[in-house]
Amino acid sequence: MGWLRQNLFSSWGNGITTVVLLLAIAWLLSWFVDWAVLTAVWTAPSGQDCRGHGACWALIHEKYRYIFFGSFPYEQHWRPLFAVLAMLAMLILSADRRMWNKRLLWIWSIGSATTFLLMFGQINISSSLIFFLALVIGAGGAVLRATVGSPIEINAWRALAGIGVAGLALRLVGLFPAFTLSIAPFSYVETSLWGGLPVTMILATYGLLFAFPLGILLALGRRSNLPLIKSLCVGFIELIRGVPLISLLIMASVMLPLFLPSGMTIDKFLRALVAVILFASAYIAEVIRGGLQSLPKGQFEAADAMGLTYFQKTTLVILPQALRVVIPPLINTFIGFFKDTSLVLIIGIFDFLNTANQALVDPKWAGFPGEIYLFAAFVYFCFCFSMSRYSKYLETELNKGTRR
Amino acid sequence: MATSVAHDLSHAPSVIQLRGVNKWYGQFHVLSDINLDVKQGERIVICGPSGSGKSTLIRCINRLEEHQRGDIVVDGVTLSNDVKNIETIRREVGMVFQSFNLFPHLTILDNLTLAPIWVKKMPKKEAEEVAMSLLKRVRIPEQANKYPGQLSGGQQQRVAIARALCMRPKIMLFDEPTSALDPEMVKEVLDVMIELAKEGMTMLCVTHEMGFARAVADRVIFMDRGEIVEQGPPSEFFANPRNERTRTFLGQILHH
Repeated sequence: MGWLRQNLFSSWGNGITTVVLLLAIAWLLSWFVDWAVLTAVWTAPSGQDCRGHGACWALIHEKYRYIFFGSFPYEQHWRPLFAVLAMLAMLILSADRRMWNKRLLWIWSIGSATTFLLMFGQINISSSLIFFLALVIGAGGAVLRATVGSPIEINAWRALAGIGVAGLALRLVGLFPAFTLSIAPFSYVETSLWGGLPVTMILATYGLLFAFPLGILLALGRRSNLPLIKSLCVGFIELIRGVPLISLLIMASVMLPLFLPSGMTIDKFLRALVAVILFASAYIAEVIRGGLQSLPKGQFEAADAMGLTYFQKTTLVILPQALRVVIPPLINTFIGFFKDTSLVLIIGIFDFLNTANQALVDPKWAGFPGEIYLFAAFVYFCFCFSMSRYSKYLETELNKGTRR
Repeated sequence: MATSVAHDLSHAPSVIQLRGVNKWYGQFHVLSDINLDVKQGERIVICGPSGSGKSTLIRCINRLEEHQRGDIVVDGVTLSNDVKNIETIRREVGMVFQSFNLFPHLTILDNLTLAPIWVKKMPKKEAEEVAMSLLKRVRIPEQANKYPGQLSGGQQQRVAIARALCMRPKIMLFDEPTSALDPEMVKEVLDVMIELAKEGMTMLCVTHEMGFARAVADRVIFMDRGEIVEQGPPSEFFANPRNERTRTFLGQILHH
């Protein structure tokens, strides 16, 4: 009671405002509940039966499978469903701080393999790709574990890289026969048939997965003392930031094929993904630069004075602090990009918003855009709101004990 | 005179040599023709008015600042743009800063073990043992698992000293280690430094704590406008300063 009087009815003016606003909210809410629940039509054979009633949720009921999975072969819809579940599991698991170690690599390898195997149905890995992967993984392991691994482990990484190099060389001179490792449990579904939620999730997840490290490198490059690296990074960031995402997407889908040698094609979906990665990386780079600049100079000096190398200083001292500082703006950027992926509809990729849009085209169900967009908005909101809550959790979790 | 710990350095080898060192910030001549020899085990206190170049001088020794002319040789290694040389020198030289510069995202123990593990490749367990013994030496082993933000200024600075000692440096540089501390915490830090001095560590210390200089320094250096104006053992330095500028400076800091 005291709280009410103090905050809502402290004077005549405030009291009247409170009453008026409460009435307005009540009226809006009752109208909405009436439309969305009380007089809504939940099932109907066609849009005709919805006329004269409230919300036509029958439309969603009728079209939800198309909205979620697009033109993916109808009887195979369980595949994108499980792909979405695999991605969700992967994201939820990696959100847990206890998983931030070697396990993360496993989660993402298994999660990604499952997702793409379900979506494509078949994965063909050529021998060259296998050797290339062996080279990359071996070299990466040898470099990253150089200071901490035992000699046996380092030699194992080197051996793996060696196998990669040898294999590639043999392949190149033709001594090693070309073969393809086929994992083909399901029928092949090409990317042009993909649609709906898995497309939005793949674009956002893998777009940001690759854009994030690229953004870190760009931010570090922009603060580098080496003039060439610095100007390259500044140039890239300013160029990408200076153009709309739509123009980048159109360039990737229309212009790029013109410059490729004839006969060579790159999947449209992949081109869109690359455009999203480049675009996101420039923004992420600027956010991270803000974090780098917020650190006191003394942190860099203390790390230098200890004799840490540039790489050690950056990964052990600077980035852990800089990234903590920028969690809120970084998640803000992530949320922005999750929604921006819907721009791929401009080059004819059927992301979630685009399939929702397409569901309206059916003449049998014409005339209910409100229901469809409300539904799409609700799904987007669920994702964005979880990210926002996660940002808050992460902030408190990472700052545990570091504040007085 | 309180020169109780002064010791004979006439036969000690020289570990730092500065020959004709010059440095400019744009037009500003921050170090002009500095010549300095530091012997092993020598304790040097550098004082002078602000802007006199004293901090810059010791920051040149581990290359946090770059000098433009002259030679700096630390423990037989000449400072140049060669990253290997710089890293070698930094491994031998510990530094303590005015603003502590502990890493706020790491616990006290992790702050201490970071450099031994990554720079010296010491096994984690061994590094933690070394760290704990040093925390005992600076008298705060019970804080090992806290974060720097949870400690007082004096405790943080003692951690910073322990962190520098973890690398078993031959030389310790102190850049105004007590200037950012509340008055009641100055003593606990100075006590640790005095103890260190008595154990024979080579120390270069920029400070205005003249009591500390009297107690442990083998030599006091007075700098002004980028030059070494006067130097000598504390007994002489404080009793009869020869230079007018030294007299003015000492008058200002001792009679306030």
